[in-house]
Amino acid sequence: MKSIVFIKRVPSTTTQVRIQDGVSLDPSGVEFELNPYDDFAVEEALQQRESAGEGAVTAVSFGTADARKELLTVLAKGADEALLLESERAPAVDGATTASILADAVRGKEFDLLLFGKQAVDRDQHGVGPAVATLLGVPCISEVVEIKIEGGTVHAKREVEGGHEEVEAPLPCAITCHKGLNEPRFANLKGIMAAKKKPMETIQVEIPSPKVEVLSMEFPPERPEGRIIGEGAEAVPALVDALRNEAKVL
Amino acid sequence: MSCVLVLLETRDGQVRPTSLEALGAARDLADSSSGTVHALAVEEADLDLVALGSAGADHVHACGAEAHSADGSAATAASLARELDASVVLLAATIRGRDLLGRIAAKLDSGFAADCIEIQASDSGLECLRPVYGGKAQLRVRVTGQVAAASLRPNHFNPADRDAEALLVQASASEGSAKVLGIHAGAGDRPDVAEATIVVSGGRGLESADNWHILEDLADALPGAALGASRAVVDAGWRPHGEQVGQTGKTVSPELYFAVGISGAIQHLAGMSSSKVIVAINKDPDAPIFGHATYGIVGEASEVVPALAAEIRKVLE
Repeated sequence: MKSIVFIKRVPSTTTQVRIQDGVSLDPSGVEFELNPYDDFAVEEALQQRESAGEGAVTAVSFGTADARKELLTVLAKGADEALLLESERAPAVDGATTASILADAVRGKEFDLLLFGKQAVDRDQHGVGPAVATLLGVPCISEVVEIKIEGGTVHAKREVEGGHEEVEAPLPCAITCHKGLNEPRFANLKGIMAAKKKPMETIQVEIPSPKVEVLSMEFPPERPEGRIIGEGAEAVPALVDALRNEAKVL
Repeated sequence: MSCVLVLLETRDGQVRPTSLEALGAARDLADSSSGTVHALAVEEADLDLVALGSAGADHVHACGAEAHSADGSAATAASLARELDASVVLLAATIRGRDLLGRIAAKLDSGFAADCIEIQASDSGLECLRPVYGGKAQLRVRVTGQVAAASLRPNHFNPADRDAEALLVQASASEGSAKVLGIHAGAGDRPDVAEATIVVSGGRGLESADNWHILEDLADALPGAALGASRAVVDAGWRPHGEQVGQTGKTVSPELYFAVGISGAIQHLAGMSSSKVIVAINKDPDAPIFGHATYGIVGEASEVVPALAAEIRKVLE
């Protein structure tokens, strides 16, 4: 099973966001990590290679030179090779343009699976995986929590509002991965040592003119000051009264 | 915005309420330049032309496909958008919606903005406000080009309320290669936490998965309420991941959010702080959640929640 897994370096979910120049995240003091959903994609690629007993896992990232660190982590977990599509402007590039850069980079390569995290936890768009698949003309099943591949067909289960959807698609196929699909492994010392010797290619990418321009980054409006109604069950009638007559939501 | 296309989402043959919100948003865009609103229903559905017209649609294109196929739907929407020379394609930012948005944009070679909470037409494109970093910040963006694709967060837009009937147009759907074989409803008939207008969420303060019945009872007392959970209790296996609210779970913005026994970790706050009214119930008076709540009660969940359910039943009777 040949997989290409797409990963992104993102600010950790514990980040306290500060805004720089009114348009972007101030990266000073921010810890970056492998996008948590991409970890499920990496694990799936490794498990599919292991259960097929053959194949390869290529990790691809569009990012700044710093994204080498996350690619190295993925190599340490067991991927065979890595490709960095490098641009210092990468963090500002919109989803549609990112998708076209990723699709161009892997077009013509041989693969059975394209694996993505269901969303990057910075821009939260959920769009890049399905867009890359569309540009490459392969089917895509998104937000997958269970997967079974048999005789060239992918059977997948995905969470939808209030239940699950069962979807079937032929290989080659793209999958965007959700929590629950698998238990991502940690890199061990042997993997970390081996990763340094694995091939990592860097290509400088030209950024085409953007399809989406950022006008500003702002904080959500502050919530009006709330109040403590009281303590224990005694406070309940006053709460219900406030919900009905003040907030008018009951 | 001379022509706005809305891709309707249907389940069990019914148009989902979030799609009516998208029609209302489309109506506002179209009215700013005396344009038209076209709705597209790819799958076989019961299309009430008065309800769709009232919500904002002028024309409803019905394909009557037997099953949902994401690539098929995206191709159908993109080809209709081209045929109509639509300047905007809108859909609800549901799980299906976010699956489709990137595909439609790729087919149209357009940009996209997902999960928008505000949109407006401008001379040089569609301006959108959308949460990023799980809601810790918001990005104001402009989708440039001939056509813009955007998905709209549930509970942020309203259907129009017009006296109008939409015109039905028969259309045909493109074939897709990925097919939905079936949908299996989860246990119970509560709405999904991401779409509900009232959410009752619990955290570690409930002390055990066995205590969830008190939250279920509170949710039962509130018509249309969904259950939610903090990441800690999902990771502990007390509740399914589908209920997780927060940066690595679902983002919710209901009218009323109850945070019971939830301390208010930053990644949970990110997922629920756009709720209209937040009620926090926590025994720790210093819990960060109180800093974000509209109303708070300091106390044990096991004592406060049953009393709250009883009081709500009493006043709603």
